[in-house]
Amino acid sequence: MTTLADRKTVYRYDYRRSADQDARAIVRRPVVVVGAGPVGLAAAIDLGLRGVPVVLIDDADRIGEGSRGICWSKRTLEICDRLGVGEKLVAQGVTWQIGKLYHGGDLVFSFDLLPEDGHKMPAFINLQQFYLEKALVERANELDLVDLRWKNRLIGIEQHNDHVQLTIDTPDGPYKLAADWLIAADGARSSTRDLLGLSFSGVTFEDKFLIADIRMAADFPTERRFWFDPPFHSGQSALMHRQPDNVWRIDLQLGPDADVAEEQKPERVTARLKRMLGERRFELEWISVYRFNCRRLDRFTHGRVVFVGDAAHQVSPFGARGANSGIQDAENLAWKLAMVINGEAGEGLIVSYETERIQAADENITHSTRSTDFIAPHSAAERALRDAVLALAPKAEFARRMINSGRLSVATVYESALSTPDESAFAGSARLGAPLPDCPIRNPDGSAGYLLENLGDGFTLLTFKNGGPPPTAPEGVSRLSVGVDVDDFDGAVARRLDATPGAVYLLRPDHHLCARWRSYDSHKVAAARDRAKGRNLGKS
Amino acid sequence: MARLVTASQFADPDAAYVALVEARRGLDAQAAAALDTRLALILANHIGDIDVLKEAIALAKAAA
Repeated sequence: MTTLADRKTVYRYDYRRSADQDARAIVRRPVVVVGAGPVGLAAAIDLGLRGVPVVLIDDADRIGEGSRGICWSKRTLEICDRLGVGEKLVAQGVTWQIGKLYHGGDLVFSFDLLPEDGHKMPAFINLQQFYLEKALVERANELDLVDLRWKNRLIGIEQHNDHVQLTIDTPDGPYKLAADWLIAADGARSSTRDLLGLSFSGVTFEDKFLIADIRMAADFPTERRFWFDPPFHSGQSALMHRQPDNVWRIDLQLGPDADVAEEQKPERVTARLKRMLGERRFELEWISVYRFNCRRLDRFTHGRVVFVGDAAHQVSPFGARGANSGIQDAENLAWKLAMVINGEAGEGLIVSYETERIQAADENITHSTRSTDFIAPHSAAERALRDAVLALAPKAEFARRMINSGRLSVATVYESALSTPDESAFAGSARLGAPLPDCPIRNPDGSAGYLLENLGDGFTLLTFKNGGPPPTAPEGVSRLSVGVDVDDFDGAVARRLDATPGAVYLLRPDHHLCARWRSYDSHKVAAARDRAKGRNLGKS
Repeated sequence: MARLVTASQFADPDAAYVALVEARRGLDAQAAAALDTRLALILANHIGDIDVLKEAIALAKAAA
């Protein structure tokens, strides 16, 4: 196993003693984030960019070990772009949009994610999680307001009405730190969750899955390939996906009775992979055997402690809904918490984090449970139904549509109290409560660009020309006038937003559409802004 | 003459599959087969067209 460990790509970071450890009185910080994975890093960077000082602690001093996401969705990439690392990730990653499904040795179905064109970000990239984490760590280190502390392990929490007091262990011994807010981004085995004695509700699937990353020179296409009952792995399923550096992700279903320790032995894994890959040479990068859970906390906020990512909810990997939804949690929370801390909104706004992201978690859990039920039927009777769908698939379109090897992550359309209901009908791909669809535009200097990069970090009012000068946005809202600030040269912006002359659109700081009208009314825009700041929501 | 529709008609095909799979959750193979038989009779009557029924039977046999 040592050779396997040696090949793991690991980035190490130094523990540094903080002045907080030597302070005579306990230092109080506005926000402490626990866990420097993708979700904690995204939350810390977003808060830092919004002017909130953040202490980000992690019990390790390295990245590159542990569970590994590989598929990053368009919405995640858009968020990463706003945080300053999106282009880097796309350049490093493998962009894909084709998926193929096989039953036995036959191709039964292939799908094209067919992303709407003219978006800056692709539908999906594959990239090893440690590359994403490394990019985010580098970005966090550029920000003075983000104080990243490695080898800081949370070992105690005392909850108070308006803050929490933490005990944090370090190589120099423990110290205490107070925080107005604690963001728990410490993953599936969250110690914050354990310290608060919270438990999950949901299901654990009986089937075990082998997940392996292998290094192999192969000219397989850049596609997601999924097999039901393939000749090389009879009676089970298999998944193969390309990553950068000639690394391939392979998932093999092992059934409920597999021996976890035995199945992780390299010689056994190698034998299984040889049946799949034939005589091609490959090296094992990483192997693990999992059982999947679909479950969540009943509540994501507990006083001043807010749970995000795997600490709050877990899904099976089919559909790439784990890390992607976690990063979307971070983005949903960051602007709300920043507004509460900066005194621009009341604490009720945090309630909307919970309702919106529980909606997203339930959507993700529903989809990933359905996928896992299809891939790993619970009984012979359920398998018979699944096999009937597969048998009918070559002959009947309805059956192909029921084949479920994972429904891929898309952003949640919030059914939210923060949205102002539409007064008139709107067509187009933009939806109230959803992130604004990106569009190609030209900048005033004639250069090509995208709509989303032109939206502000706060509320934005997007306006369309109506003969007169563009309206003045109310306080706390910046204005972006289509035709003045950006050129809708292709008509895509008007088309996707179903804009008529004089139409206006209010976007939240996370670029979700929260109100729209066919004509401008300053009072209505101000009321919608206040509503989106949670003015109608009580303190929990 | 009516024709068998094999194009997908459910707005959410996954939800339809889930309804079918949940109906048989916890049943053994024999009980599930009996359930399927009752379902086939109910749906055949609902369709109410002997030609469509015969086409459906032919498709089901061909896929075996």
